[in-house]
Amino acid sequence: MHSVVLTKGVPDFREGQVAFDEDGHLERGNTPTVMNPNDKHALRTALQTKVRHGGTLSVMSMGPPGYGDVLREAMETVYADDLYLLSDRELAASDTWATAITLATGLQKMENQPDLVFAGFKTADGETGHTGPQACWCLDWPIITHVVALDVDEDEGTVRAKRLVEGDIEEIETVEAPTPAFIVADPEFEPTYRKAAHRLTLKDLRAETKERAENHEEHLTTWDHADLNLDPDYIGLDGSPTIVSSVDPIPKAPAEREATVVDPDDGEGMGEVFEAMEPFADGRSEAAGD
Amino acid sequence: MTGGLIYAEESAPYTIDGIFPGFREHATERPVTDYYIHNIAGEQVRTFDITEGHERDTEWADAVLRRKMDSWMAEQVHEITREAGGGLLTEVKVNGLLREDGEIIGVTCEELDPIKADFVVAADGVNSELAREAGLMDWEEPEEWFQGVKAVVDMPGDAINERFGITDEEGEAHLFSGDLYDGVRGGGFLYTNQDSLCIGNVFHLDSIVEEEAEVQDLLDALLTHPVLAQWLGEEYDEREYSAKLVPDSKKAANPSPHQGRLALVGDAGGQMQAQGPIIKGMNHAVTAGALAAEAFVEARSRGEPDSAGERYERRLHDEGVMDKLRPTRYEVASALSENDTATRLAERALDSSVGRLGVRMADRAGLLETAYSSPYLATMMPDTKTPYVTLPTIIGEAVTACPVSAEDFGGGCYRDETVQSNGDEKRVVSLDTQPCVECGTCAIVADTQWEHPSGGKGVEFREG
Ligand SMILES: Cc1cc2nc3c(=O)[nH]c(=O)nc-3n(C[C@H](O)[C@H](O)[C@H](O)COP(=O)(O)OP(=O)(O)OC[C@H]3O[C@@H](n4cnc5c(N)ncnc54)[C@H](O)[C@@H]3O)c2cc1C
Ligand SMILES: Cc1cc2nc3c(=O)[nH]c(=O)nc-3n(C[C@H](O)[C@H](O)[C@H](O)COP(=O)(O)OP(=O)(O)OC[C@H]3O[C@@H](n4cnc5c(N)ncnc54)[C@H](O)[C@@H]3O)c2cc1C
Ligand code: SF4
Repeated sequence: MHSVVLTKGVPDFREGQVAFDEDGHLERGNTPTVMNPNDKHALRTALQTKVRHGGTLSVMSMGPPGYGDVLREAMETVYADDLYLLSDRELAASDTWATAITLATGLQKMENQPDLVFAGFKTADGETGHTGPQACWCLDWPIITHVVALDVDEDEGTVRAKRLVEGDIEEIETVEAPTPAFIVADPEFEPTYRKAAHRLTLKDLRAETKERAENHEEHLTTWDHADLNLDPDYIGLDGSPTIVSSVDPIPKAPAEREATVVDPDDGEGMGEVFEAMEPFADGRSEAAGD
Repeated sequence: MTGGLIYAEESAPYTIDGIFPGFREHATERPVTDYYIHNIAGEQVRTFDITEGHERDTEWADAVLRRKMDSWMAEQVHEITREAGGGLLTEVKVNGLLREDGEIIGVTCEELDPIKADFVVAADGVNSELAREAGLMDWEEPEEWFQGVKAVVDMPGDAINERFGITDEEGEAHLFSGDLYDGVRGGGFLYTNQDSLCIGNVFHLDSIVEEEAEVQDLLDALLTHPVLAQWLGEEYDEREYSAKLVPDSKKAANPSPHQGRLALVGDAGGQMQAQGPIIKGMNHAVTAGALAAEAFVEARSRGEPDSAGERYERRLHDEGVMDKLRPTRYEVASALSENDTATRLAERALDSSVGRLGVRMADRAGLLETAYSSPYLATMMPDTKTPYVTLPTIIGEAVTACPVSAEDFGGGCYRDETVQSNGDEKRVVSLDTQPCVECGTCAIVADTQWEHPSGGKGVEFREG
């Protein structure tokens, strides 16, 4: 069994990390890059597969050379054996199409051909959700999206998955596909380890990976467009049919409630608070009485 | 959690450092080089040096904090067992016995599929659900239990050295008994760690119930007593408060702690010896665990794996462990009042001491020190009227006995309130397990349906 997880670095959109300029545009230079939060679902699904079925696991990303920390985080999360970075100037400014072509080519070049490739649901910055399916289309493999449970039959060479239909938690269908196949995990995917042996494997992997992640660069393979034998006309900016005409900040939603700040030492103010709370106080004493 | 001192007994077939080399270096705090007991009567304090009694049959005894100790041991155990294809799993709650045709064949877990096993060693502590499910232990009689509460008090190593007059390689143990506990039978302890102190009380559960004592107040009584001010000064920081039941092996230790493929070790089997004020639980748990392993190895190598339980029981008796836990002479003494000198001595020292006066009189005769230093006499002390080691009633009683609840305080597990409804006054006791420290007390004193929470979800002690 060999699996590959695709992951991307995105600006850290968390409060306190992200920086915007006066026009509300993202300042990439002042915002740290982190692993796409949504890729955790792909990573967890891949890890569960590795724990249950053994084998090896690689992480692949297309991005600038500074993606070291992103790859390291991915390695720590998924206890990956090795890392692949597809990176050079010619790949810069790729849209989803060019990204997909590059990733598919990278996957084909791997010595150890994957049985399963896991992609995230969508990224925190691009949010198209196209990259995984497009890369799969390039490879002409089956794809199962919105996966919430997964099982592999290695002897039969099949993967069986439960998927949400139209993202509906109420409706779940079970599908089967031959490997190699593409898997896109749904955020509802919860890995389960109900066997003592699986938990012990997990513990072993954690211990092994701790060391590996410290020297993650030793386990990193970087390929540029020449290594991948890709024509610069079909990748990067030149190979990207998408045109971004403009980016508009989303206006802040208007507040629906009014809030007043009252200092607890302000007797008059607190009096008003208690008055306002009066109708609710009755309810409480009734509740306590029964 | 624990109180603090782990013993390596000379007479024991196994000691913890024998099983885990490097234990003292990595997992313990300070050794006990001096041991004192303080009898407090009003403003008066009588101090006895019981180092000699403590050292009898003691190869070494070190103070421990269980978080540090258990973390280190968990690593060792995982490494050793991994080599054999097993391993240590944490954050898993074992919630029952797996049976086939009525026979125990393994355990069931909340977070995992059932695990089949040739031999199940229940080392799940004083509130062992496995032991109760198998009918080997119960939660019935408060007389069989103590309740222990403890505060870990912050104190830099230098300050400890200076205030106790010791070096980094030395440590002290102090026990406290007397009238600071308002008649609740029990006593207090103080042990020195590297940069903290363990200070706590151990009381007879039935006494806490009888006296309707608030156990936190009793701990405060100790912490704020002038005797402790010499070490604690005016201000001190408590790092942690914890509590747990402690079985009294003399009554609770199951002499035949096994059934089918299940064997009980440690507190799960009631193997907690109160040798007078000296409390020995961890060392016996270690020994019992090793004897159970030995028994299984032998049983399997003889092709009779089902005889492991029997072999374990035999070892407990042959190695003298059961006699320490349930001394026959205790049973004889308590039943017949044996007419030998030692018993008379004990009676004079202890039974006559109805009240503090007795303690002082006995002290004058030098008897008390003798008694505290004699392992034989000390064995009997918890059940005499001497106020050392001594402790908790129906829901209402649970409020006082619960170590995190108090009658006038709304923040603990149990809240006891009088509410008005339709002109009537009603007494309401409500339970909120959020602050529960999982001591199990209420299961005994108030018959609550207390259970351990799921793996990784319960109280987590940072010090232990
Ligand atoms: C309308 C639009 C216009 C854009 N125009 C430009 C542009 O002009 N210049 C420019 O630089 N960028 C542009 N982008 C951004 C760029 O196309 C995407 O960031 C990138 O192709 C990945 O797509 P995504 O972020 O939508 O990922 P999604 O398709 O949402 O990601 C799904 C999954 O695919 C995988 N994946 C995605 N990207 C990578 C990657 N790089 N490496 C490995 N795995 C990956 C991950 O598993 C991820 O979870 C544009 C995006 C949009 C939506
Ligand atoms: C205040 C106080 C002072 C004490 N002083 C001393 C002293 O100085 N010296 C001494 O030797 N002893 C002392 N003791 C007694 C000592 O703490 C115990 O005898 C000893 O800890 C027993 O060890 P054990 O391994 O049997 O159980 P424990 O140490 O209680 O360990 C049981 C373990 O099992 C786990 N567990 C329980 N149920 C489950 C379940 N269902 N599934 C999975 N895991 C579970 C628990 O989380 C715990 O980690 C004291 C006790 C107290 C309360
Ligand atoms: S609720 Fe019960 S188990 Fe919890 S701390 Fe109180 S007495 Fe102990």
